[in-house]
Amino acid sequence: MPSIHALANPRRFLSIARPLTPLLVWGGLALFLFGCWAGLTRTPADYLQGESVRILYVHVPAAWLGMGGWSSLAIASIVYLVWRHPLAAVAARAIALPGAVFAGICLATGSIWGRPTWGTWWQWDGRLTSMLLLFFVYLAYLALARADAERDGDGRIPALFGIAGTALLPVIRYSVLWWYTLHQGPSITLTKSTIDPSILWPLGFTAGGASLLFGGIVLMRMRADLARIKAEARMRRRAAA
Amino acid sequence: MSPKRQRMTLALLAVVAIVGAVLLAMSALSDEAAFFYAPADAASAPVDKPVRLGGMVAPGSVKRMADGVTIAFTVTDGKATVPVRFSGIVPDLFRENSGVVAEGKFVAGGGFVADNLLAKHDERYMPPQVAGKMHKSESIAQ
Repeated sequence: MPSIHALANPRRFLSIARPLTPLLVWGGLALFLFGCWAGLTRTPADYLQGESVRILYVHVPAAWLGMGGWSSLAIASIVYLVWRHPLAAVAARAIALPGAVFAGICLATGSIWGRPTWGTWWQWDGRLTSMLLLFFVYLAYLALARADAERDGDGRIPALFGIAGTALLPVIRYSVLWWYTLHQGPSITLTKSTIDPSILWPLGFTAGGASLLFGGIVLMRMRADLARIKAEARMRRRAAA
Repeated sequence: MSPKRQRMTLALLAVVAIVGAVLLAMSALSDEAAFFYAPADAASAPVDKPVRLGGMVAPGSVKRMADGVTIAFTVTDGKATVPVRFSGIVPDLFRENSGVVAEGKFVAGGGFVADNLLAKHDERYMPPQVAGKMHKSESIAQ
């Protein structure tokens, strides 16, 4: 049963998370919508792709957050396994659903972009297939975490699965560099971008906004999960009394 | 070593091992995981089996045949070239000096007969004014 130490930390977490949630959600939504508006009306079309280039303002943040989501899920899983901190398990569970949604958005927008650009909705190339696998791995994690919670598991099996799933991240990253793929190589790396600045700039707003939104959703889900745990503990105490 | 440090070492080792194994597997599987054959690999590609050929459409190579629907062009990867024939509708982004993936079969004698073309987009995105200054992108022979 939760020790004083374990209870104290969620309480401190809640006192920070409660005021932070609306800031992240509304701030993120505002940035994201501004970026979308700018991307639709304030940037030129691409010389080859035409207007369909504008999908990148949603597709690229979704891809980053789909992968970044799994990275943070894996870090939370490691923190849980090493320090046995219950809040880390709550965080990993909370990340999985928005991570899956962003991976799904990435796949859907990519498919819509692929039809006019490549001439196909879907091809089994290295990048597309590995991203689809990440989406399925998210769904598997969600099912596993739920099954573990229903059987009063300690969350160790989902945490191990979270670490194992990191295997996909280098595949997604390097598939376009090491394998022949239909998907193009990275346009944006840490040091350079091959997207003209006049097209690129709204991406900062949509990517930043979507990241804040992601954080806000994770905090909301963590708070809901903590409330559920608290309510269940109270029910158990009442039943015992 | 405290149990906590032991678990931390174990977890970090697991991550390093997983990522390392994946990277090794990826480089070993690059032939199996390839989406298409490059012209340089054409010699080792099976003849008369459905495969894909990918590369750049060689500049000046697109020719329209007398029947009006068949086009012929050369796919190059800078090391080798393969002549390709295709009857049908080409994707909007199919043009010379741009990437293409042709689905079809290698035929005896070294050519490739495609039954579908996919345009491969590269990582450069720019407005038409900038593109016009950098290079003249040719549209396909009408």
